[in-house]
Amino acid sequence: MLIFERSREGRSAGAQQVETRSAIEALAPEMEAFLRAEPAKLPEVSELEVVRHYTNLSAKNFAIDRQFYPLGSCTMKYNPRGAAAAANLAGFSNRHPLAPEAQSQGYLACLYELQGYLRDLTGMKAVSLTPMAGAQGEFAGVAMIRAYHQKRGDHERVEILVPEAAHGTNPATAVMCGFVVREIPVTEDGDVDLAALKAVVGPRTAGLMMTNPSTCGVFERQIAEIAETVHEAGGLLYYDGANLNAILGKVRPGDMGFDVLHMNLHKTFATPHGGGGPGSGPVGVSERLLPFLPTPTVGKSSTGEYRWLTEKDLPDTIGRLSGFMGNAAILLRAYAYARLLGGAGMERVGAFATLNANYLAKRLTEVGFDLAFPNRRATHEFIVTLAKQAKHHQVTAMDVAKRLLDYGVHAPTTYFPLLIPECLLIEPTETESKAEIDGFVEAMARIAEEIGAEPDRVRSAPHTLPVTRLDDVKAARDLDLAWTDEVVSA
Amino acid sequence: MPFIPHTEAEQTAMLEVIGVPTIEALFDEIPPALRAGALTELPEGISEMALMQLMSKRARQDEVELCFLGAGAYEHHIPAAVWDLANRGEFLTAYTPYQAEASQGTLQLIYEFQTMIARLTGMEVANASVYDGATALAEAMLMAVRANKSNKSKKIVVAGNLNPRYLAVCRSIVTNQGLELESLPIDSSSGTVSTDDLSALTDAAALVISYPNFFGGLDPVDGLTDAAAAAGALVIGVVNPTAMALLRPPGCWGERGADIVVGEGQPLGIPLASGGPYLGFMCCRKAYVRQMPGRIIGRTLDQTGQPGYALTLQAREQHIRRGKATSNICTNQGLLVTAATIYLSLLGDEGLKRVALQSHTGMKELTTKASSIEGVKPRFTGPVFHEQVLSLPVSAAAVVAVMARQGVLPGLPLDEMGLSMPDCLLVNVTETKTSEDIARFTRGLAAAIEEVASAC
Amino acid sequence: MAEVRDDVRYLASHEWVKLEADETAVVGISDHAQAALGDVVYVELPEVGSRVAAGDEMAVVESVKAASDIYAPVTGEITAVNRVLEDAPETVNEAPFDTGWFVKIRPDDAASLESLLLPSAYQALCESEA
Repeated sequence: MLIFERSREGRSAGAQQVETRSAIEALAPEMEAFLRAEPAKLPEVSELEVVRHYTNLSAKNFAIDRQFYPLGSCTMKYNPRGAAAAANLAGFSNRHPLAPEAQSQGYLACLYELQGYLRDLTGMKAVSLTPMAGAQGEFAGVAMIRAYHQKRGDHERVEILVPEAAHGTNPATAVMCGFVVREIPVTEDGDVDLAALKAVVGPRTAGLMMTNPSTCGVFERQIAEIAETVHEAGGLLYYDGANLNAILGKVRPGDMGFDVLHMNLHKTFATPHGGGGPGSGPVGVSERLLPFLPTPTVGKSSTGEYRWLTEKDLPDTIGRLSGFMGNAAILLRAYAYARLLGGAGMERVGAFATLNANYLAKRLTEVGFDLAFPNRRATHEFIVTLAKQAKHHQVTAMDVAKRLLDYGVHAPTTYFPLLIPECLLIEPTETESKAEIDGFVEAMARIAEEIGAEPDRVRSAPHTLPVTRLDDVKAARDLDLAWTDEVVSA
Repeated sequence: MPFIPHTEAEQTAMLEVIGVPTIEALFDEIPPALRAGALTELPEGISEMALMQLMSKRARQDEVELCFLGAGAYEHHIPAAVWDLANRGEFLTAYTPYQAEASQGTLQLIYEFQTMIARLTGMEVANASVYDGATALAEAMLMAVRANKSNKSKKIVVAGNLNPRYLAVCRSIVTNQGLELESLPIDSSSGTVSTDDLSALTDAAALVISYPNFFGGLDPVDGLTDAAAAAGALVIGVVNPTAMALLRPPGCWGERGADIVVGEGQPLGIPLASGGPYLGFMCCRKAYVRQMPGRIIGRTLDQTGQPGYALTLQAREQHIRRGKATSNICTNQGLLVTAATIYLSLLGDEGLKRVALQSHTGMKELTTKASSIEGVKPRFTGPVFHEQVLSLPVSAAAVVAVMARQGVLPGLPLDEMGLSMPDCLLVNVTETKTSEDIARFTRGLAAAIEEVASAC
Repeated sequence: MAEVRDDVRYLASHEWVKLEADETAVVGISDHAQAALGDVVYVELPEVGSRVAAGDEMAVVESVKAASDIYAPVTGEITAVNRVLEDAPETVNEAPFDTGWFVKIRPDDAASLESLLLPSAYQALCESEA
C-alpha cells in the first residue's frame, strides 16, 4: 500500500504543523499573483501512520545490517556506527555551508587532515575532496586531463582509452568531458592487451582510464609498462578507485604511475550505501595536474588557521562541482574512519579483504563452481562463471543470483564485466567472518545441487520475498512513474 | 582488530585452504618495486571513545547560536521521526535497488518520492534524484539540448539572478560538451529579469528561470515561459521546494508550463551539514523522460500479478549505454530521498504551507524591523519569498565578522559570491526564527553597523 | 534459428533494407537482431524530412537490457517513419521484416544498395556470431 492510499482528507501529523503569524489570506496583495491555486496533494496522514508505513517498508529491504552482501565491485562492508555518530554531532550537522572561516575551524581541521591521509594512502601529490560520487570524481579527473592538454596547447588529444572490461561510467565520463572513447581488449588472463594498447596509443591519446585491481578481479601486472607506454605517447593515466579497498596499504596508485585518481569514500571509508547514495569521490593528482584541481580545497595559513582555497588561489582550476563543498558530512565520516583505523588498520583492510576473497574463491571451486581466471590470485574480489550451468541446465547467473536471495544472501554482481559469460562478481570484504563466508559456500553448494535436481526451482526464484520476479518489460513499456489516483475522501 | 572479525585460528585455517603460508603471499602478483612503503601521515588508530572526544571538541568550535544564512541551504525544523526512520539499518545499509525483489522498501519509497516531487512542482514525472541542486541544473541543461528537437542549439540562456554558485557549477560541467551559457540581464531596481529585450532567446535550446531568484525575489515567470515557448526554447525552472507549497508551481507557468524542473531538496528534512549530502530533484514532461538522466522507478507487476516496483528505463544509463548514456551519474541520493519522503509525508500540504508562510512572514517582519535602522533598506523592490537583500551603510563582511563573534551569523555578504555589491547582505528567515530571534538580529545589526562605522 | 529473408539486403550491424517499387528504401532490424535484443520496449525514430548519410546513427532501439543504435544503410532523405512502433514497440519482435519496419529513406543513389550484404553472406555472419 502506498502512503497516498493511507491518506484521508483532514488528517495530519498535528505536531508538525507550525504556528503561523498570520493566515495566508492576510498576505500583502502584491503576493496574490504568485500564489498556488491547488494543493500539491501530499499525503494527509498521522505521525504513527508515517512511522509504521516506513518501518514496514524498510523491512522489505535486504541490508548489510541483516544480510551478507558479496556484491562485487561495490565493497559492501560494515561501516562503523562511530564514524556516523562523529559526523552527525550537532556542531557539524547544524553548520551552514557558508559560515565564516572563523566559525568553521573545527570542520576545516578535519578536512585538512583528511586531505593529508588520502594523499598518504594513494601516493598522490594533492587531493580535492569536493566531488560528490565516484562518477563525479571521474568527471573531475578527466576534465583535469583535458585542461592539462589544453593549457599546453595540445589540442589534438581527443581520445580517451578504456579497457573493454571497464565500468560503464568510464566511457560515459569521457564523453561528458568531450572526448571520444576507444576500447582496448583484455587478454584471457584478464590483463590489458599491451600489444593492442601500443597499436592505438599516440598523438591523439589524451589518457587511459584504468582500474587496478581490474574489473576482472585481478591485479594488472603490466601496470608499469602500461604507464610508460601511455606517458611516452604524451597521454596521462587515470586511476578509477573503485577497487581501492583491495590494495589499501599494499600498493599506491601514485607509485604505479597514475597521474590522477578518484576514490569512492562510500565504499572504502565508512559511508553506508543508503539504498543508492550518497557517495563521495575525492580526487588526487600528481604534480603536473595540481593547478587544475576542482575547488574548494582546504589550506592552512602560517599562523595555523585553516582556510578555503578557491578560484583565487587556483586560477587554472576546472572549477566548482557542487553548490557548496561536495558531500561534506561524508568527508567527516571518512575522517573519523581513518582516525579509528589508523595506518595499521588501513593496511589490514587490504590484507583481510584479500584473504577473504581468496578463501571464498577456493571454497567455491571445491563445491564445483568455475572461476573465470583460475590461474590468477583473487584480489578483494573474483569472478565465477556459470557458462557450464547455463549450457547444460539452462540456468543463468541471474537465476542463481535470485535463488541466493531465498537463502538470505544478497546476490553478487551479475553480468559484469560484460565480456565474461554468465558471470558472478563476488566480493566478500574484510568485515565478514569465516563463518559467514562458509555459510555462503553452503548456500551455493545447495543451489548447485538444485540446478541438477530441480532447475525450475532455481529458474523461478525467488520464492520467499515480498514479490516474485517483476515484469521489467511492462515497467518500461507502460511507464507508471508517479501515482495518479485521487486521494480517498473520508 | 577494529572491524575485522578473524581469530588467529581462523586465519590459519583459511590460509591452509588457499594453500599459502601468509596473507602477504596473496600479494605476490604485485611487482615488488611497486609495493608501498609505510604510511607516514596517518596517525595511530584510536578508540571510538577517543574519537568522540576529539570530534565533540571540534564540533563545539563551530557552533553558533543563530543563523540567518540561506543562499541555497536553509535551516528548517526537522521532525524527530525523519532521521529516526531514515537511519534504520534497512534503509541506511541497503545497496542500490538493482535486485528488485530484495529492495521493495527502497523502490516503493522512491516511487512515492517521485510522485510527491512531481505533485509539488506540477510536473508529470520526476527521477530518483541526482547529487544536488546545482548539478541537477547542469544535468537539466545537457538534457534540454538533447530534448529540444526544434533546433540544434547548444546555447542556454540563464536568468541573471541565478545563484552564482549554480552558474559556476554549470560552467564547470557543461562547457566540456560545447554548451554556451548566456546571461539575461536583470533590472537593477527589482532584481528580476528585465523583459524588455528577450532576443537572446532566439536560437536558444533553453531558458533557465530561478524561482525564487538568488535575491529571494519572484520573476515574471508566465511572461518568460511564454516568450521562451514562442522562441522555440525549453524552459528549465530552478525552484525551492518549500516555496512550492505557497507559490504557483512551474507546471502552471504561462500557457504551457515549464519543460524541466530542478531544485535543491535540502529544505525537505535534510540538515545543513556544511553543504551535503543533499539531493537534487529533477522533473520533466513525460515526453522528455528518456532524455532525463538518473535512476527512475516504475510500478509494474510480479509473476503472480501483484504490484511491485523496479528500476526502469535503464537503457539510458551508463551501465548499459556506456559512452552514449544520458549522463555518467550512477548515484541517487538514496538516503536523503528517504528523509525527504518521510518529511513530506509528515508535513503534508498544510504543514509545508505553514512552513512556507511562516518563513515568508518572518522575512517580512525582519525586513520591516531592520529597515528602521538608519541606512538599512531592502536593495530590491518587489515581493520576496523568504530571503531578502539588505543594503547596509557599511561593509557587509565587516558587519558579519562583528555579529559572528556574538554568536549570530546574520547572512551572506554578496561580494563573497563574486557580485560587486560590498554593502549588501543576503538574509534568510525560516519558520525556526521567532520574533525574539528577529529582534536580536536587529539589535545586533544596529550595534555592529555602529561599531564598524566608528572604526572607519 | 532466426529467419533470414532473401528479398532484402543487410548490414553487418543487423539492419535490413529493401528497395520498394517507388525507389524508397525500407529499413528495419533482422529477426536475429530482435531475438538478441529481447523484448523491445522503445524505439526512437528520426524526424521525417531529415537527411541521413550511410553509416549515420539514425534511430535507437531499446530493450530492458540493451540499447542499440540503428545505422542508415544508404544516404538520402527520411520520407516516413513507422509510428506504430511508438505505441507498440513489441511489433519489432513480432514482425521484424514486415509491420516492424523502422523508416523509409529516399536514397540519393539507389544503386548503392548493391554493395550491402547478400542474404547468404548475412546468414554466414549470424552463424559465426553464434
